[in-house]
Amino acid sequence: MLVIEDLQVELAGNVILKHIDLEIKPGETHVLFGPNGSGKTSLLMTIMGYPQYKVVGGTISFKGEDITHSPIHERAQMGIGMSYQRPPTIHGLKTRQMVDICGKNQANTEELARRVNFESFLDRDLNAGFSGGEIKRSELLQLMAQNPDLMLFDEPESGVDIENIALVGETIARLLQKECTATRDKSRLQIKRERNKMGLIITHIGHILDYVDVDKGQLLFNGVLSCSTNPREIFRCISEVGYEECVRCSIDEN
Amino acid sequence: MLNRRELIDRASKASDKKAAIGPDIDLMDFVTSSEEHDYLPDDRFHDLPEDEKNLLLLSGVDVLEKERAGTYFQKDTSVVHCETKQEGLEIIPIKEALEKYDWIKDYYWKLVSVDADKYTSAAATGLHNGYVIRALPGSKSVYPIQACLYIGKEGLQQNVHNIIIAEEDSELHMITGCSTSPHLKKGMHIGISEFYIKKNAKLSFTMIHNWAEDMVVRPRSAAVVEEGGLFLNNYICMKPVRSLQMYPTTHLVGNDAVARFYSIIVGSKGSEYDVGGRIFLKKPGTRAEIVARTISNGGRIISRGHLIGEVSDIKAHLECKGLIINGGLVYAVPELEGHADGVEMSHEAAVGKIAQEEIYYLMSRGLSEDEAVSTIVRGFLSVDIPGLPPQLKAEIDKAIEMSEKDVM
Repeated sequence: MLVIEDLQVELAGNVILKHIDLEIKPGETHVLFGPNGSGKTSLLMTIMGYPQYKVVGGTISFKGEDITHSPIHERAQMGIGMSYQRPPTIHGLKTRQMVDICGKNQANTEELARRVNFESFLDRDLNAGFSGGEIKRSELLQLMAQNPDLMLFDEPESGVDIENIALVGETIARLLQKECTATRDKSRLQIKRERNKMGLIITHIGHILDYVDVDKGQLLFNGVLSCSTNPREIFRCISEVGYEECVRCSIDEN
Repeated sequence: MLNRRELIDRASKASDKKAAIGPDIDLMDFVTSSEEHDYLPDDRFHDLPEDEKNLLLLSGVDVLEKERAGTYFQKDTSVVHCETKQEGLEIIPIKEALEKYDWIKDYYWKLVSVDADKYTSAAATGLHNGYVIRALPGSKSVYPIQACLYIGKEGLQQNVHNIIIAEEDSELHMITGCSTSPHLKKGMHIGISEFYIKKNAKLSFTMIHNWAEDMVVRPRSAAVVEEGGLFLNNYICMKPVRSLQMYPTTHLVGNDAVARFYSIIVGSKGSEYDVGGRIFLKKPGTRAEIVARTISNGGRIISRGHLIGEVSDIKAHLECKGLIINGGLVYAVPELEGHADGVEMSHEAAVGKIAQEEIYYLMSRGLSEDEAVSTIVRGFLSVDIPGLPPQLKAEIDKAIEMSEKDVM
């Protein structure tokens, strides 16, 4: 479980996240809406532990441990992983090597790459000249190998062409154990109950909602988080009346 | 007949001549003779002491000669092993070649001038030995020939002269390691190398330097590549050295000749490197590439590259990338010179630090900060070298891997 309480964060001296409360239970996936510059990526980077995002108040705990000030790699080792929107290029490091790093050399890199149609990129330098859609598939491939318990997705569908959007959506659904086809041994309900992967997804266009069952929608506006239980409702509201009105409506509800 | 007298006379006149670049070295600080070492036949060569074996392995020299087409091994001033294991390849100590073969006159001091500076002068007047390696026309070697110039005597100035000839349509791979005894502190290596890559021949030459901390090194080399020939030159120096200066020159004299230079240098504290090279593109269709990766870990590195396009329809690219990770200096000097319409020449130079963003990215995949840094450094140093046999690529990777601890 991820628990964020009264989190306040500064970036280069400016307050960018104000009194954030957020709880993601095992098996839950939340989606994070908000206009550009509202602090969505900052929230993900803070959860991942990027030190330039300075926590000046509140706490973050994961699996019962306070990780507010833990370094990035400790959080990764505890089971937090992230799919970046614009990851850096690392020259000389092959994508294959990075996937091996993610999977601690235990992952079947070729097989995983096949699933996201990425075999031909394994011997290319990581992210070097990758298109928007290729970056997403590379990020998902890394997460598949890393297999974290909490996955943070920063706009996983942006820049992805219409053909690959289903692939990306379905891959995320699989990562988050959202596929629940009943088997001989287990009913759908049982599979759902045993689900423990957590997700937090930033989306602008909402396509991801067509592929991934999301439990909650969160709206971030000017560094403030307001919450609704139904992501589709928030999305419809934003589409119709815009972010600002939507925030007002959710404030009124609370 | 070769007129050595005339060469030596010319050389003598340059005995005090300072080099055009690089710190000046007082040759009086070194001795020029050492005791003779016995020639080691195969069985005794294969039986060298364990610590020497391991040291040589660091320079890519395998005394067991597995996957090697032949060996030239010189210790101080003596040839201790010189054998070829493959038909079509000749390895001859240069002193023997100078005595026995008339053809040597067409190669000896034909590319490097004998009176260029005091170091060329010393190599002509006080030649210890060196190798002549020749791939006969059409011969193709699968495995590389290994050559090693080893210094064991404290304070020795080793003067060697090497000639490498890839005859028409031949394919020759070489791995050469220069190394010193683990106990040696001070020494000097002067190495003249002249490369002849004839029509449609292919030569890959990979040099791994592994010096003692107080060594002074002055290689002087030049190459000529004829029509359709390929010269692939890789240089790796990851260990500290007091002063290393070299500026090899390559002439692409035939249509479609290609030269590619790759160098990987890690400069530790107290070390000074002035390295680079110059390639003349003299005929249409010629291609040249100089790629340098340098890391300063407290040392001073000057990384030069000079491409000269003399005719149209040539392509040349220069890439100097430097990382400073623990103080020191990286001075990149890229030069392009186009003398005709239609040349295509470019360069890319960058000196910087490891991007924090890359470190964090790797840490978010579970690596510690140190592991992330070494992964990035390894990536920075790994250069894709087209045309290099996988086995030599593995040797380079191994050298980088083994000296990684020194980098960090």
